[in-house]
This record gives sequence, structure tokens and C-alpha cells, in this order.
Amino acid sequence: MATTTISNGAAIAQDWPGRYYHVDQVLDRPGPRTDESFLAGEGVKDFLRNKCKILVIGAGGLGCEILANLALSGFKDIHVIDMDTIDISNLNRQFLFRPKDVGKPKATVAAAFIMSRVPGVKVTPYYGKIQDKDDDYYLQFNLVICGLDSVEARRWINATLVNLVDPENPESLKPLIDGGTEGFKGQARVILPTISSCYECSLDMLNKPTAFPICTIANTPRLPEHCIEWASVLEWPRVHGDKKLDTDDPEHIGWLYKIASARAQEFKIEGVTWSLTQGVVKNIIPAIASTNAIIAASCCNEAFKIATSSAAYLNNYFMLIGTDGVYSFTFEHEKRADCPVCGGEAVDMTISKELTVDKFIETLIERQDIQIKKPSLSSGSKHIYFQAPQQLEEATRPNLEKTVSELVDDGGEITVTASSLPFSLSLRIHYS
Amino acid sequence: MIKIWSMKKNEDAAAKKRPKTSAAQIRVQKDLTELDLPSTMKTTFSDPADLLNFSLTISPDEGMYKGGAFVFSFVINNNYPHEPPKVKCMQRIYHPNVDLEGNVCLNILREDWKPVLNLNSVMVGLQYLFLEPNADDPLNKEAAEELRKNRDQFLYNVKASMRGGSIKGVQYDRVSLQ
Ligand SMILES: [Zn+2]
Repeated sequence: MATTTISNGAAIAQDWPGRYYHVDQVLDRPGPRTDESFLAGEGVKDFLRNKCKILVIGAGGLGCEILANLALSGFKDIHVIDMDTIDISNLNRQFLFRPKDVGKPKATVAAAFIMSRVPGVKVTPYYGKIQDKDDDYYLQFNLVICGLDSVEARRWINATLVNLVDPENPESLKPLIDGGTEGFKGQARVILPTISSCYECSLDMLNKPTAFPICTIANTPRLPEHCIEWASVLEWPRVHGDKKLDTDDPEHIGWLYKIASARAQEFKIEGVTWSLTQGVVKNIIPAIASTNAIIAASCCNEAFKIATSSAAYLNNYFMLIGTDGVYSFTFEHEKRADCPVCGGEAVDMTISKELTVDKFIETLIERQDIQIKKPSLSSGSKHIYFQAPQQLEEATRPNLEKTVSELVDDGGEITVTASSLPFSLSLRIHYS
Repeated sequence: MIKIWSMKKNEDAAAKKRPKTSAAQIRVQKDLTELDLPSTMKTTFSDPADLLNFSLTISPDEGMYKGGAFVFSFVINNNYPHEPPKVKCMQRIYHPNVDLEGNVCLNILREDWKPVLNLNSVMVGLQYLFLEPNADDPLNKEAAEELRKNRDQFLYNVKASMRGGSIKGVQYDRVSLQ
């Protein structure tokens, strides 16, 4: 029996005979739908159990399920990032946490729990933001699974993984599996950065956060939510001026709750509670444990299939609607040519070091393969030349006389926007 | 691990890494440089390097608010265009759809915002409020009431408020160009 020593010094058994009996049924022989590159037997088991490194983003409702599923299906090098600490309200569904853990970082507690429960699995936590990590950090993984509740964080990781793709390095392409739930609804999707439709491609498909007309909130409130929005949208800035509302600060939520309750009383509306107040201002949709379990299972199933090539993976969107019965649906979401992240073109240009911005723009306009009129140019956060509005045109006009090489390094990027382009064009500049 | 690389089409192989500019940033660059505004609207950037914070001045050349210059602040966050820009009126003005704190009742700024809309749509929508103030969606109830009941009195109040006068005990900011 193989044994390993973990950090607390206790020797524990791992990979005892028959440990992965059920998983091995899938890995020891090919099936009718296995990928042609599938190598049944020791090779794939060695990759899954000893070499594959997977990143889980989010250790909340979905993250807890994902971590448990991955560990039990044989992934042994798991990393997890989460910036939150455990709240007492998480305990009903985030089953890796106990009352004694309230206030501690989710990532750290979840990692410790999995390691103590599933021998031989290493979970490396990071308590912080995904934005703290650089490209080298993300490059070390084979796969990334996201179980997030924030659109902004998802857009960030999606753009980061698309940007990471380096045509000279096949290892730079990291499959992204994204799970999301909203009450009884959920979705799981497989994103192959630059190859298949990305998160940003489908941004306009998202349910937008519920917002009530501001005049309804101000004049004719009928729902407890109207009173809460009145407190947060109108009263908070009126009373507190520029002080920002911090939705994680219990004092701020308490103030809103008090104001919203008084408003509700005035209009004889029932149902303003502390948790509804927090829910409305943080835009929380009630989380349902069973929806999380289904979506996490689907994400981990895809991770397993991609890591092992043992079966065809999802192409590329799975939708679950559990509001009336259990309805599910898969379809291929198409890549959008005008997607700001994965769409548009990238063109290499070699120009003289002496070329001025003015002449460079003329060159762009003349190029038959690009076809742009009135381009506006920037590089990172630097504005090179903007056609409009007038003030920005005037502010960037002095750059027209400068050489491109003064503003952009060799190998640097220029983002071009123009009304004739679907979204933007990215130019990589080299000097001859 | 599945062999994904071979699925990359040949033309994609020429694709290079994109700049580290966020989708929100590029989208704002696109929206701003392609603004198609009439001469009655003008943007002002207190820091031309910062595209996410600026103001818009609307000087209507017709309608009841003709002769005024109305200033709105725009604050755009990194979740644009998933989230709409935050827009407030910087002056205290007498208008049925703008309250005394500068909040604006315009559907596309809240409940009807969609990512396919852009800064131009918002600006055109704001200007429309000055051409057709709407008594049905009031934020300043006194003003809305007056507009509904007595249009002449409302117009008189608008003109007085634009000169910096006070109406029913509320002092308004002077926004007249003359
Ligand atoms: Zn895309």
C-alpha cells in the first residue's frame, strides 16, 4: 500500500487498491465517443493524478461542490482562489464550512477541509483577488474552472485567458469551464479561448440586474424592493454625499434597512427585512444548493473529459432551468466577430522608426485589407490620437507630429477603433 | 489532456496577443470617438487622459429650456457596457424628470439599459428630456404638477429658475447663457 506523509506528520494511506475502481472503468478502455488521441490506461491516469494542475476560481456555493467533485474524481493538484470570508448565511449550502469557520477566508478553510478528508490531494489556497495574479500564475495550470457570482470577475478572467494565448506556444491555451447559477436556473459552458465563443461574446444574453424606474422608487413604491432602492439610490447619496456605499459594511446595510423600513411604513408596504436589504443592494439572487450541485457536477464532468480525452466534451453551452420541472438544453453559442475580447483582427505591422503618427494613420487608411476611415488609436492606457470629441482631438493632436516609436515600444500594441470596424483592431508594431 | 491546439485554424495562428486594454476601456474609446452629437451638446474632460469621468453640457436651441446650459456628470465603471454609465445633473434645476439632488429619470439609464446602447444614445436621451419634459415620470413633483396643470405657469417657472430664481421656496442654480 502506498503511503504519503502530509504536513502534520501523520502517514496516511493513499491510492489503496480499488480506490478509483469506478473512475478507472472509463479510463482503462476507449469507448464509442472517446477522442482519437485518448490513450487508455496508465498514461492518462498518470496525467490526471500526478501531472494535471487545475485552478478553481471561487470557493462559495459552486466552488465547494467543484472542489469536492474534483478531489473525488482523482484530480490531485488543485488550486483555489477566493477573496471572501465565510458568513454565517453561507453554512446552509457551502458544506466545507462549519460555524467555527465564520470570519475565516473561504479559500483557506475549503482547501484544508478537502485535504483532511481526501487523502493525497493537495489543495493550494489563495485568499485574495484574481486580479492580484499575473500571466505567469495562470500559465501554470492545465485547466481553469470558474464558480463565480460576479459578471465583472468573469469578464476579467475570460479576457485574461484569451490574452494569454500565444500562437507560438500551444501550452498557453487554457480551457475555461464556467459555471453559474441564479436560483433554480444555471449554466455550464466550455470556453476554448480564441477558438470557441468566449464569455464576452454572450454578454448581451445575460439577465441584467433588476432595476426599477427611478420615478417609481421616488413616487409610487409598491414593493419592499422599491423602498430599499429608494434608501440606497436616492437617500444614501443625498445624506452621505460622496461617501461610497459599502455593501459589505454591516453599518451601511443597517442604515439602509432603517431608512427603507420607515419608507415602507409610510406607504404601508410589508416585507422590508435586513436580509432583503442586503440582497437588493448586493443584487443577490437566492442560491439553491441543488442547482449548485447540478452545475458543479456538469463543470467537473467537463473538466474530467477535457483532462483525460475520455469522452467528447460539451460544445459549448449547457443550460438548466429548474423553475418548472427539470429542463435542460445544450447548444453551440457562436463566436462573435465583433466581440471586444476574442473577435476582431490582430495584424502585425513593420514600420520605420522615423514614421510619424500622422503618416502612420494615412498608411492605415490606404491599406486595402483593413479598410478604415477616421481611426482612433491608443496603446494600453495611452491615447495616441482620437478623432473626436473635440477636446480629446486637441489633446492628442500634438502626437501626430511625433514618431510612432516615441509612443509605442517594439512589439507593442495599438488598439484601433473606427466606425467602419465591427469593434476594434489590434496592431502589433515592429520597427525595421 | 485533449489536443486543442490542432483545432486552431491556420489563419488564427497568425493572431497575436491582444493589448492589455480592458473591453470596457476599448468600448468607451469607441463610443466617445464615434459620438455624433449636434452642436447643442459638448463633452468636457477635466483630465483628458481619463475617459471614464467627464461631463456633458446640453444647450437646447429650442423648447422651453432654450437659452440654458445644463451640465451632467458621467461616471463609467469597468463593467461597462454590462452596467450603464452613472449620470447626474450637476446643477439644481427645475425640471419634472430631474430631482433636486441631480438624479435623472431616463429609462435607458436604469431599467431599460442594454449593452447594445451606447454613450450617444444616453446623450440623445438626455437632450430629449429638455425638448419634451415628461409630467408622467416625475422626480420633481411640484414641477410635474405645474406642467400638467398650467403650461404657461410652468414655462414662467422654468425661465425664472434658469435665471437663478426660487420657486416655492426652492432656490435654483443660474444656468442661463445670457
Ligand atoms: Zn468573445
